[in-house]
Amino acid sequence: MNARLEARLWVAQRISAMALGLFVLIHLATIVYAMRGGLSAAEVLSRTRGNAPLAAFYALFVVSVSVHAPIGLRAILDEWFALRGRLVDWLLLVAGLALAAWGLRAVAAVFAG
Amino acid sequence: MQQAAETFSVSVWRGAEDGRFQHYEVPRLPSQTVLDVVTFIQRKLDATLAYRFACRVGMCGSCAMSVNGVARWTCRTHVDKVIGAGDALELAPLRNLPIVKDLVCDMRPFFEKWTRARGYFQPTATRNDPLARISPDSRQRRRAEAGIECIGCGVCYSSCDVVTWRAEYLGPAALNRAWTLVNDPRDGGQAERLRAVAGDSGCHACHTHLSCTERCPKGIAPTASIAGLKRATALAALKGAL
Repeated sequence: MNARLEARLWVAQRISAMALGLFVLIHLATIVYAMRGGLSAAEVLSRTRGNAPLAAFYALFVVSVSVHAPIGLRAILDEWFALRGRLVDWLLLVAGLALAAWGLRAVAAVFAG
Repeated sequence: MQQAAETFSVSVWRGAEDGRFQHYEVPRLPSQTVLDVVTFIQRKLDATLAYRFACRVGMCGSCAMSVNGVARWTCRTHVDKVIGAGDALELAPLRNLPIVKDLVCDMRPFFEKWTRARGYFQPTATRNDPLARISPDSRQRRRAEAGIECIGCGVCYSSCDVVTWRAEYLGPAALNRAWTLVNDPRDGGQAERLRAVAGDSGCHACHTHLSCTERCPKGIAPTASIAGLKRATALAALKGAL
């Protein structure tokens, strides 16, 4: 057990949870507001392309998910399946990086241009 | 002598881990405590029954048992409080601790965890130094005050699901004791203590179920103490002091 690592992961988990709570609310409110009259994919893209503030918002959203999800998964693997240790930590780091890469790729696809 | 009008059914755990419940009929009396019931069985029905008690007035914490599935001090629990008319009583040793025999469990793992959590005072002054002056109104003293009355009965430890799932978890009592010392400005073992209580067998394993706080007979909130330790260890980790 590495006390410093555990404490830092806990802080990262809590801060990302606070950010996600806010982000999810904004995300849902935006969807509900924007979808009132029905919206096609082309219409969505026409609004998102080149929108730098929204791109930054979703990039932060993706980063928060990439931090939050692997730490939570780590606790579940540990408590439910007794899977712990360096290998598990490295695999979860890869999973977090993969989430970040795919998520940011999606952000780029929707907002770039 | 008062004549018992009725009896009621009491199931008592007999044996060690591989034991079983044994059934007794016990006279129901006014103002009868659960400890009175156990004592009646041991003195009148079955002298081989093993159980622990000492003070009988809620000071020593040695008579804690599982009463109808809930950890309680048996000396301070009236039978009327836990069962209604026609109901049965089920008595078992505290959960989460090895059973020695019948209602007696081995408290060693519980107290070993207090040591592991560095739940002991590490002095910095000598007898030649003046007495430390701690204001009763200071924030630290008030935090310590909230958790200091623990008598180590093990009710919280027995009620904690995280202890059940994770044998190495230090548990609410040890972490509560550590928190009172974290708030003791006279103590010299702070860095080591924070290291000892951080991590996945320490405060970060707590799921905030609040069972300890719900069940503590002294009205202490170990959950709040554990939250305090989470804050203290987080701050120390961010400062690089952990």
